Amino acid sequence: MRVVSTAVPHRKITHTLRSLLYSQRFAPFLFVWPFIVTFLLFFAYPAVNTVVMSFQLVLPGDVRFIGFENYHKLWNAQFRQALIVSTKYTFWTLLVLIPVPLVLAVFLNSKLVLARNFFRSVLFVPALTSVVVAGVIFRLIFGEVEGSVMNTIVGWFGIPAQKWLFHSETGMLVLVLLASWRWMGINIVYFLSALQNIPKELYESAEIDGAGVFDKFWKITLPLLKPITIYVLTISIYGGFAMFTESYVFWTNNSPGDIGLTIVGYLYKQGFEFFELGYGSAIGITLLALILAINIVQLKFFGLFRKES
Amino acid sequence: MGKQPKVLAVLLSAMTLMLGACTGGTANPATVDNASGKAVADANNSDAEPSTDAPKPAAPTKLALWTFQEVHAKYYNGMAESWNAANPNKPIELEVTTLPDADMHSKLLISLQSGVGAPDLSDIEISKFPNFLRGDIPLAELNDVIDPVKDNIVQARVDMYAKDGKYYGVDFHVGASVMYYNKEILDQAGVNADDIVTWADFVEAGKTVLAKTGKPMTAVETIGEWQFWQMISQQGSDFLDADGNVILDNEINVKTVDFLKQMIKDEVAVIAPGGKYHTEDFYGFMNGGGAAAIAMPMWFMGRFTDYMPDLSGKMIIRPLPSWEPGGNRSAGMGGTGTAVIKSSPNAELAKEFLAYTKLSKEGNIEIWKQLGFDPIRKDVWELPELKEENKFTAYFGTNLFDTLMEVKDEIHTVNIKDKTPQINAAVKTIALFQAIQEGKDTLTTLKTVADVIRK
Repeated sequence: MRVVSTAVPHRKITHTLRSLLYSQRFAPFLFVWPFIVTFLLFFAYPAVNTVVMSFQLVLPGDVRFIGFENYHKLWNAQFRQALIVSTKYTFWTLLVLIPVPLVLAVFLNSKLVLARNFFRSVLFVPALTSVVVAGVIFRLIFGEVEGSVMNTIVGWFGIPAQKWLFHSETGMLVLVLLASWRWMGINIVYFLSALQNIPKELYESAEIDGAGVFDKFWKITLPLLKPITIYVLTISIYGGFAMFTESYVFWTNNSPGDIGLTIVGYLYKQGFEFFELGYGSAIGITLLALILAINIVQLKFFGLFRKES
Repeated sequence: MGKQPKVLAVLLSAMTLMLGACTGGTANPATVDNASGKAVADANNSDAEPSTDAPKPAAPTKLALWTFQEVHAKYYNGMAESWNAANPNKPIELEVTTLPDADMHSKLLISLQSGVGAPDLSDIEISKFPNFLRGDIPLAELNDVIDPVKDNIVQARVDMYAKDGKYYGVDFHVGASVMYYNKEILDQAGVNADDIVTWADFVEAGKTVLAKTGKPMTAVETIGEWQFWQMISQQGSDFLDADGNVILDNEINVKTVDFLKQMIKDEVAVIAPGGKYHTEDFYGFMNGGGAAAIAMPMWFMGRFTDYMPDLSGKMIIRPLPSWEPGGNRSAGMGGTGTAVIKSSPNAELAKEFLAYTKLSKEGNIEIWKQLGFDPIRKDVWELPELKEENKFTAYFGTNLFDTLMEVKDEIHTVNIKDKTPQINAAVKTIALFQAIQEGKDTLTTLKTVADVIRK
């Protein structure tokens, strides 16, 4: 009797378990739960908490709401300097990292270029290195002593040794150079993939109509690359404003005269060096709002929200 | 449709359980380790009553210590050995971790805020110390170990780490500032260091040195705060006043920055290579006889012996020039407060060890011998041990301590307050750089920087 009485519920349990596992309602959750957990835990929770913290004073054992005080504090010379540096950096990286990879991608896509697979990989290699390692090497190359690589090179042209990392213009130059060197390959890959999707027939019919190389580039390649260009532009704006590591590697976040202070650098300084975690959160939320606003304007300008007619 | 929320709820609770297990797992090894160490140590203490067995050596208690200075780490390890020899009933196993300055402090802040992963003891640099005295203070009170020796120590060096009458840190040294002269260069120029009494004399001597040797008298820090800080401290000024208000842009400070700028203009001084004295570039410059003198606290001696070996036997130490005859000839600069973390399961033992290393006579003598720091216990200053030869006397000549005794009453206390971390960072990254290196107007620059912090 005992055997029977336990066996029946057991069979029942396996049955419900099986039906649950095979149920079409349940299965999708099973497959997506790792994402949901990571999303909730590492994205949604911190994001919501950051918004809350931006209205708080956060100290060990003493957390209280202080209204908009953190946001009031934001309008100061140092934050403005961080804004200026981040904006300049974004501007220069956009200016370099969109047209140059685009043109290079067109060359690398052309069958006329010799050893194009070799060049493709060479240009992509920097993307695989760590920013920290590359940054340290750059810092040494741009050292202030006369024997540093860059000072030797400019010396050949009769230019005196520079303190590269002590002036805002040269400091920015080094930052942009590092970014260009590192991200060029990635953007080339984006443009290459888009180029390969342009139908060959378009070029053929253009040729029949007597179009030259430049006509084809301006009237076919460029317009058809627009969607990917907008994508690269969007992520580059985000990447530019969110830059931190490069500046940290060059100056350990204490650049002379704040010439390398970025918005995220300012956030790090306030949050982790001065222990103003609430104020740091306010900086983060402001950065988010800023990038969102710029990107919405940009996308609207390029007509991404317009309905296809 | 009604089933879905239920399913979700089940999933979510399952995930929470798993995550709970994860965090439990990571937290355990450390606590178990510490707890067992403590338990064993306690058991041995209670065994102290006479027993038939020969006393078993107690199992050492693990103490973790973080520091940002290699030399401090070496010192603590040595002191742990002598502690174990002196206290066989409560041995410790000291685990010193040396991390880069900024990393160590932010790591410590985060672990204290989150309540996970903090060490038992930690060195905290003076300009960052106020960060740790906010909110529900995570550091242990040290009054019970400081009070017994209070009369013997330089009060200012524990007051800097106090809040509301409670002490939270102990310093290594008094940090008396002195002038390091390169005697070889002075001799070439025919200048006698003992004739330099005031800063005006210093500039005049500098002009002679420049004319005779072509070398600058000194180097100016543009991204380091010590040189400037000690010069204003000599005149009774500071970055913050005693109540913690920002006074960076006061008259004395503006005048002092202008004095540094004038020295550069007169070519008596150059901007320090690397922007400050604590850089490889500067060590190389100074080691090669780049400048005739620099003003720095006593603790900078170790940088000379370790990084500027070629100057051995050429450097002499004298009091700072005063601003007017009879004025202060020194300042108390810098410091590292060692603190015990309140939440440590071995906080009491950590305190005892801290007192042994930094408050005891033995500790203070060793601080001088090994680190070349001017120790905070006044009653060891005249002991014969401080007259003994060591690597510092070999480098700088004997009777180093006489210079210190000479200026010990001419040291103005610096104000370490809530805003110290911000103002120090601003002075060393913005104010001096813009005013000196970029040549911007001194008053405007200092006022702009001060206003940002006042806000």
